[in-house]
Amino acid sequence: MKEVLLQMKNIEKQFPGVRALSNVDFTLRKGEIHALMGENGAGKSTLIKILTGVYQMDGGEILVEGKNVSIRSPQDAQNNGISTVYQEITLCPNLTVAENMYIGREDGAWVKKKNYEKRADEILTRLGIPARSRQQLGSCSLAVQQMVAIARAVDMECKVLILDEPTSSLDDKEVKMLFDLMRDLKSQGVGIIFVTHFLEQVYEVSDRITVLRNGELVGEYTTEELPQVELVAKMIGKELDELSSLGDEDERESEVKEVFYEAEGLSSTAALPFNFRIHKGEVNGFTGLLGSGRSESVRAIFGADKVTGGNVRVGCKRVKINRPIDAMKCGIGYLAEDRKRDGIIAELSVRENIILALQVMNGFFKPISKSESEAFADEYIKALNIKTASRETPVGSLSGGNQQKVILARWLLTHPDYLILDEPTRGIDVGTKLEIQKLVLKLAEEGVSVTFISSEVEEMLRTCSRLIVMRDRHIVGELKGKELTQTQVMKTIAGGDK
Amino acid sequence: MKQKFKNLFSGGLGQLTIPLIAILLLVIFNLIRDPSFFSIGIMHNNDGNVVLAGNLISIINGASELAILAMGMTLVTAACGGQDISVGAAAAIAGSVFVKVLKSTSEITGLTVVLAFLCACIVAMLFGAFNGTLVAIFKIQPMIATLILYTCGRSIAYWINGGATPTVSSPIITALGGFIPGIPVPTPVIIVLVAGIVLKLVFRFTSLQLFTQSVGINGSAAHLNGINEKFIKMLSFVILGVCVAIAGSIGVSRLGLINHETLLIDIEMDTILAVAIGGNSLGGGKFKISGSIIGAYVIQMLTITLYAMKVSSTDVKAYKAIVIVLLVVIGSPVVKKKVDKLMMRIRKSKDRNTVKGAQS
Amino acid sequence: MKKKNGVYREPLTNTQLLMTITIGIFVVLYLLAMILLGGGFLHAQQIFDMLNDNASLIIVSCGLTIVMIGGGIDISVGAVSSLVVMSCVLYLNNGGNIFFSILLALGIGLAFGAVQGFLVSYLEIQPFIVTLAGMFFARGMTTILSVNPQKVAHEGFAALRDIKIESSLLGYTAKNGNLVPARIELGVVVAFFCVIVIFVLLKYLRLGRSFYAIGGNQTSAMMLGINVKRARFLSYLICGLLSGISGYVLMMHTGAGNATNAAGMEMNAIASSIIGGTLLTGGVGNVVGTCFGTLTLTTIKKIVVSSGLNDPWWQSITTGGMLCFFILLQSVVLGRRAKKLSRPV
Repeated sequence: MKEVLLQMKNIEKQFPGVRALSNVDFTLRKGEIHALMGENGAGKSTLIKILTGVYQMDGGEILVEGKNVSIRSPQDAQNNGISTVYQEITLCPNLTVAENMYIGREDGAWVKKKNYEKRADEILTRLGIPARSRQQLGSCSLAVQQMVAIARAVDMECKVLILDEPTSSLDDKEVKMLFDLMRDLKSQGVGIIFVTHFLEQVYEVSDRITVLRNGELVGEYTTEELPQVELVAKMIGKELDELSSLGDEDERESEVKEVFYEAEGLSSTAALPFNFRIHKGEVNGFTGLLGSGRSESVRAIFGADKVTGGNVRVGCKRVKINRPIDAMKCGIGYLAEDRKRDGIIAELSVRENIILALQVMNGFFKPISKSESEAFADEYIKALNIKTASRETPVGSLSGGNQQKVILARWLLTHPDYLILDEPTRGIDVGTKLEIQKLVLKLAEEGVSVTFISSEVEEMLRTCSRLIVMRDRHIVGELKGKELTQTQVMKTIAGGDK
Repeated sequence: MKQKFKNLFSGGLGQLTIPLIAILLLVIFNLIRDPSFFSIGIMHNNDGNVVLAGNLISIINGASELAILAMGMTLVTAACGGQDISVGAAAAIAGSVFVKVLKSTSEITGLTVVLAFLCACIVAMLFGAFNGTLVAIFKIQPMIATLILYTCGRSIAYWINGGATPTVSSPIITALGGFIPGIPVPTPVIIVLVAGIVLKLVFRFTSLQLFTQSVGINGSAAHLNGINEKFIKMLSFVILGVCVAIAGSIGVSRLGLINHETLLIDIEMDTILAVAIGGNSLGGGKFKISGSIIGAYVIQMLTITLYAMKVSSTDVKAYKAIVIVLLVVIGSPVVKKKVDKLMMRIRKSKDRNTVKGAQS
Repeated sequence: MKKKNGVYREPLTNTQLLMTITIGIFVVLYLLAMILLGGGFLHAQQIFDMLNDNASLIIVSCGLTIVMIGGGIDISVGAVSSLVVMSCVLYLNNGGNIFFSILLALGIGLAFGAVQGFLVSYLEIQPFIVTLAGMFFARGMTTILSVNPQKVAHEGFAALRDIKIESSLLGYTAKNGNLVPARIELGVVVAFFCVIVIFVLLKYLRLGRSFYAIGGNQTSAMMLGINVKRARFLSYLICGLLSGISGYVLMMHTGAGNATNAAGMEMNAIASSIIGGTLLTGGVGNVVGTCFGTLTLTTIKKIVVSSGLNDPWWQSITTGGMLCFFILLQSVVLGRRAKKLSRPV
């Protein structure tokens, strides 16, 4: 067993109303690549942020090479030899590569440009990074920018290198370059924490895996000894027994109803071409891990990104859906994955947030009167059991689950024929999750088609009669009827070969 | 009771707190300084009309153009997260068109005035659309985009009237800029009132407010809810164009002439200030037109107060600056946080003292 | 893309690209003016006149460029210069000496820079509002000092003002046959000096590079270990100092204080910076570009005058047009660059 480099013991972290981490241990050894896995809300990023000094932990201790250290700021982390490369590149695109490697940590008033450029070139060559020191960083590809950030960390003689989702915006070739670099660093004795949601990549490069779920440690495993299917099971977990009360209506087999929506070769700037159809009153799901293209695909259906091709039929009419408003006019509603960024208008009231979509459909010149909108708001606040001080409370001050309900109410108010729900249950409490699932089933009974996306497979099994499985931005399978079992889904997600 | 009082200040009035407090302070200050400051008299003006007069009237009257521009500016600020610095220049253009059309008619009648105003409106809206295009479609920051018109607007105004500063004299124009016979309230005040009501009706009968706020707060979510961001931004600039035309026409009517250099000079700065004093974020998002209008009156009241204190019109700026700095420093989130922390510490030490007292 | 051992020229950075465009357009404009209009444009004195008249604008624009590179804005610069002129004139006329008048100029500039910088960076108030207040204050103080124009009646200053560098080599023969030597005022030398110092600061000093960093991406800059607040404060401080210097240079040029001094200078300075390739979004810009920005602006005005468009409005209308052209050009050029990058190769 190699020498232990970093140890985090009994880490606790509490956010208002949420326990983000409870009693989590993490150990990193010299010269290993350690994958940190977990779905959204598992606590990976909280753990990383504690380690990098962005958050302060509420309990527990951190040991670097056996010594107890306290990390209160990113500077502290750097001084302890912990460097981080974030998913969003935190370098300045308008400076040169060399400057980005040395700015903020040089001494003296003068920039020793020649000196830096020479040293930068040496490191870039040594690490095989295809960038030149005098190049403007913004003119490099994202992968190379990512690598420059790593080069900066290497030059600071870091012992622990944290790579937070470094591959999510890279293509295959770039990922390979990055992995070569990681292996190279590993052989030099650097301990690397690798956070990602791409399973193949974990198996390709990592030595050891730590899995977190719901802020708790599931376990630490050697990569070789943990089959891919099992990893998926551990990440997703078997939980929420109480949900079984929903009943196993397995015989929801669609007796061939009419097709509501059909797309052929639909593609957008973010999604590769795919075929898709949904029947009236059907609940189907897109599944696959984060980054598998499931969100991008449904966004293409709604016209949220620029649509680049494909034929779309709604009912039996051919339509063109290029903008969200087109989709809305066809009776499609879309609850976006990122609630904060794409969903709520935080400073507006609950009432205004609820009527927004209906208002847009009514048009600019037919505003919903105040009394009418108040009635709508009250109706849905009651129907969906939204916990808010009043209908005029800014929606940003509500809890996550209630914010989600507000957005649901927004779309329900438009009486859609087809509702796309992208991760409607993410980051919300169990009770609300259950309510939303019940609601989905009720809508389907009323003849509304629903596409339901969730990171929790169980949830989808319970609600969907058909699952479309995606991996690496392609549809890799379609499961229905008897095939809808957890094992089968996980096998398909993970890819049968492992 | 105490709680209620507290609520009134922290939540009850919301963003109107600061401008209202500012007005309150100014009123108190003036009452102490000279109790007769607010007295309103009735007098006969040169045309023989019975009119109201007094400092209060000149405050409300003088702030008319500012208030109207502040309405439009609030919309632009909310939708685009930036300000239009060309309103003064654009108003000069609108004023020039107004005069040009009036001059080209043989006789100034009510109809020609309306016609002239409509022409001014169209021209100002076109310039607004020009600014809007740069901002919404080319995604240039509003301040930079409107810098173009700021630079050349007054010269365009000069050019429209062929290098002259023509005068227009007609009872209708005098009435527009002063008093309508038989009505003791200055006409510009009535125009502001009408403009305010019209805007209120626009908010009532369109979704302008909701859409503008949505675009300003969260453009991405607005897009996903089917709102056309570009259209809303463009629209805000066009509406500001209408406001500019009204302000320009009032400005011209007051003097009975168009002077491209001095008409509504520096008003862009005051307008932006009015929006900020009104508690609206200059970064866009949620807005309250009433706040900006009150802001406009705060600025004018400050100006008139200073005049009354025998500060010359050119020196007023220096005092204004001090007030502005005080207002923004009080409103700064950093200062607020610091004050909160300080209060916490004081409360804590108080608690400690009481505990100590109890122990002993 | 790759060329290992041979001499490889890096593609231009955005800053260099925009600056090159500006210089190119300036040269083309000037050459066109020489060919088509001839006359004054053929004499070296034309350029020197442009410099003599605009030395203070160049200095102020350089200061503004620094603030804009850091992602801020300062619209008080013109008013501060004007205040400096008025204060120094009054001081000199009341028996002050030259040395202290210079200190006074620098002090006023620094004071404005420090207060505005503090409010913007440490209290996080919007720079536009802060510097707007600064502008109001400076303009108001100027008129409080004196509403009437004040002429300097100080012998030492007159001597200083009249120092001119003359070169008969670059001069030209006037119509009456006399050789008129080319004249450069002292202010131009000061401006030249300032430009070089700022150029070095921005290019070779740590502080200068951190201005670019905070303008490029403030969060990143913080993550990279830069003291963002201090850097931002210093950018305003330097800008204030340059406004002070600019005021003194302006006084040496005009020899009088006037409440309307430097009216509209802030907007001319912003225009110079933008034409010179500084982006208001921050992170991109260069003082050399700014100098050429000022010269381009002036050249356009001179061309308009010489080409017979004597009506007073043509100058600003063409300036506006030029500004529009540059803003759109930059938007398109940088937009295409960004698009090229985002497309996978």
